Amino acid sequence: MILSVLSSFALVSGLMVVRAKNPVHSVLFFILVFCNTSGLLILLGLDFFAMIFLVVYIGAIAVLFLFVVMMFNIQIAEIHEEVLRYLPVSGIIGLIFWWEMFFILDNETIPLLPTHRNTTSLRYMVYAEKVQSWTNLETLGNLLYTHYFVWFLVSSLILLVAMIGAIVLTMHRTTRVKRQDIFRKNALDSRRIIMKEDGRDLSRREAYIYNEYISFGSPRVSGFETSGGA
Amino acid sequence: MIIDTTEVQTINSFSTSGFFKEVYGLIWIIPILTLILEITIGVLVIVWLEREISAAIQQRIGPEYAGPLGILQAIADGTKLLLKEDLLPSRGDIRLFSVGPSIAVISVLLSYLVIPFGYRLVLADLGIGVFLWIAISSIAPIGLLMSGYGSNNKYSFSGGLRAAAQSISYEIPLTLCVLSISLRLEIGRNDQVVLPYDSDLDSSTVDIVEAQSKYGFWGWNLWRQPIGFLVFLISSLAECERLPFDLPEAEEELVAGYQTEYSGIKYALFYLASYLNLLVSSLFVTVLYLGGWNFSIPYIPIPELFRINQMAGIFGMTIDIFITLAKAYLFLFISITTRWTLPRMRIDQLLNLGWKFLLPISLGNLLLTTSSQLVSL
Repeated sequence: MILSVLSSFALVSGLMVVRAKNPVHSVLFFILVFCNTSGLLILLGLDFFAMIFLVVYIGAIAVLFLFVVMMFNIQIAEIHEEVLRYLPVSGIIGLIFWWEMFFILDNETIPLLPTHRNTTSLRYMVYAEKVQSWTNLETLGNLLYTHYFVWFLVSSLILLVAMIGAIVLTMHRTTRVKRQDIFRKNALDSRRIIMKEDGRDLSRREAYIYNEYISFGSPRVSGFETSGGA
Repeated sequence: MIIDTTEVQTINSFSTSGFFKEVYGLIWIIPILTLILEITIGVLVIVWLEREISAAIQQRIGPEYAGPLGILQAIADGTKLLLKEDLLPSRGDIRLFSVGPSIAVISVLLSYLVIPFGYRLVLADLGIGVFLWIAISSIAPIGLLMSGYGSNNKYSFSGGLRAAAQSISYEIPLTLCVLSISLRLEIGRNDQVVLPYDSDLDSSTVDIVEAQSKYGFWGWNLWRQPIGFLVFLISSLAECERLPFDLPEAEEELVAGYQTEYSGIKYALFYLASYLNLLVSSLFVTVLYLGGWNFSIPYIPIPELFRINQMAGIFGMTIDIFITLAKAYLFLFISITTRWTLPRMRIDQLLNLGWKFLLPISLGNLLLTTSSQLVSL
């Protein structure tokens, strides 16, 4: 039952990704597709991959999409009658996908399909996995870092290229922006940067009053007359 | 070979231990409800603690009118928020606006599934354990983005974007610290290092706590991973959006960030999510670094006196829960004290700290952990 609920939600969310008028809704349905797919992976027994889906797809890729879609003022598309002009080519592609799906599907579990074969499904336990079973993580590690390490290194190179590309694109114009050095600013002392009109520096009392003005808006010291620029 | 895997059989491969595996049906709901009750009371306690400790730091008296010593203050706040009018922005996206706080709360509540309060006192002893928390806390930025966007307020929107950026930046050092802990070696009998296919060295939280139980106080992961502890502390404070990483709620700059337009029970949900997140982070600090439920004073056989075997004994279980909560209180105290000690960081300082400081340090910690294991082999 869980299988049918998750799959139907995934299919409906996938449909809504395409049909939603607001692009933000579209990305949010995209997130829903990944959530349901994650659930399907749990049903398959791939718990680690389900969590990886949540971390990578929803936590990183979908957040990336959301940032882009939310910040750019993408106009909300109005879907009028013009949708029918897509029908010939998209209809052909859709039919090809349908045919492929029927070709691949496990026919015993869908008895009403025209391609259903009359076999009884066997049920038996795989005892081998009860004797000693590796977790998903161990299995993945044993394969990925030993036999297929080249793929791992190549994919890390691809990600490195993507990262360098992003830095190159965004660093281009801002290398000459003047930045503030906070520590230097805090170390500036009013006695050294403010000069009075006759060329003298501020005395200690005047520097103190200046600081009071800056911090509190008015000097708290009572009985002091501040005349002119004194 | 055709295997008709029913749903029950496939979900069985998701967990490693089986105390609750044979009990199906509605009886599942009782431990879950117990934990939810515990968490709710925990949040009330944390709210009270925060106010009392903040008051003590600021040399004033905390709440004193709602109940004796102000214990019922949190309930009073909750009731007030429940009875307030629920405002909706007129031209904002109402559905996103309403769903946003719920996603933040749900993602935090689901993380409580894997916290062990005792050897058998865990709702789901999953093989992937801690990684469930990491994965589900990655969903929280989506809720923040939805709330910020749906408010039809550019300051809320900006606050939501900043909060999401903060969340995703500090997830990575957090994950790397957790990874460094999961790479532990177990010293089996005869002082032989146990190889990976001899036992289950998975990310299960119960196993992580068990690995810290050998030498009492000195068996804590805190001594094995001091850098990781500090990075984890800072990253989890940033994930909970507590000061000094409070920018999404900063009052002068962004009014209240993504929470600006919220009133009534939705605001209460954000408030709840914040404290729930704090509680789950502090519980994870105890599980990962402070030895969990182990009574950590070495050479005192008190736990063995109260336990007939390790599996039974109500009094033993109570002591375990008490020890876990007492250790969690340490982190709570640290985070509440930090709130009134350190100034708030700006968003660029915050992101710099996450990406340019904590990420290389946590990578270095990982490198150090793995290379020290190579040396000991």
